Amino acid sequence: MGLLSSSVSITRYKVEGKLEEPVVEAVTRGLKNNILHEIDDADDEKTSGWTSFTNPFKPDFNGSSFLIGTHFVFSLRIDKKSIPSKIIQKYYVLETTKKLAESNRDFLSRNEKKIIKEHVINVLSLRIPATPNIYDLVWNYEENYLWFFSNLKTANEELETLFSKSFKLPLIRLFPYTMADLTCDLSDADRDVLLKISPAEFTRY
Amino acid sequence: MLDISVAYNRYKFLGDEFLTWLWFSMEKDRDQLITPDKEPFSIEIGNRIVLENRINEAVESITIKGDDAGLEEGFLSLQKGSLVTELHLIYKIGNQEWKFNIKGESLSCSGLKHPDIGVVESGDRVEGLVLEKLFLYEKVSTLIDSLFKIFIGVRVKSKWQTEAVPAIHKWIQLSLKK
Repeated sequence: MGLLSSSVSITRYKVEGKLEEPVVEAVTRGLKNNILHEIDDADDEKTSGWTSFTNPFKPDFNGSSFLIGTHFVFSLRIDKKSIPSKIIQKYYVLETTKKLAESNRDFLSRNEKKIIKEHVINVLSLRIPATPNIYDLVWNYEENYLWFFSNLKTANEELETLFSKSFKLPLIRLFPYTMADLTCDLSDADRDVLLKISPAEFTRY
Repeated sequence: MLDISVAYNRYKFLGDEFLTWLWFSMEKDRDQLITPDKEPFSIEIGNRIVLENRINEAVESITIKGDDAGLEEGFLSLQKGSLVTELHLIYKIGNQEWKFNIKGESLSCSGLKHPDIGVVESGDRVEGLVLEKLFLYEKVSTLIDSLFKIFIGVRVKSKWQTEAVPAIHKWIQLSLKK
């Protein structure tokens, strides 16, 4: 579900720190250095990187194309090749039979079987295109927050890793504790209470 | 600040308490629910509420679904020690309406639907649409922040134990007697 969908999921983050000036160039650099590279013609099973919000299958970050109003809007793309296990099994059996016939033997060692399986997966990975998953994000640089349009755990973890690698800024997920600590204007005394609070019991009053 | 992953698990209950308090406040203490712009709004439970009892070793979960569903089982579950872990909310400002699910443990939104958008008159249609949508999502983000801030303001003070907990306890008991 992307930003323009009729129904969206949002995970909110606080971005700590500032980029070096000029900011737009620093963002462009971070995006270009970690742009998504296609793996359809490679034997990699998975890849991730930044892509354009408006053109996710042909990313281009030239000319501040990711700037909408005062927001940076771009997308995280995670491509994964999923080879059905039955297809792997089919080619594994074919390769094993061929190897036995070539070597005139009745059995293969565990190591030989392992090598055949890896070979089969590598060959199939070259033939099967990766499935793209696109997750939009909006970064309000001035207000230090970022909205990621997915609640999926794996996608959020990938975002946190890639964002930190690209922009060298910590991304803090907003959940009850971080919201209380970072967005509720608590005094030091209140923060001490927050650190010590334990669950309330509404039934035992 | 605490380590993030430790804090996430250690304070999961805080979000569930917030949603439970929010249900109580929507029914019994509506006046305290305000947003920074003081704009009049309404907020009500939509078509789904999930409660979980994590006080005992085993986790007992109850889901109430459906438009205009009765919430008696919810109160029964609260009386047994459950907290609200997920709420579907309907938020209205004037004739504009937002619907969304919110989870206690993360306070993240899902299934967020905003009011209808008119024709975007900006020169760049996509850019105009994005800005319009962001403006509408911002309303929900501000609402959650405002309500959570009110809750935390009560939660870290002594009046939580002396006023809020007894009031919620009384609300649960009285709702069961209806």
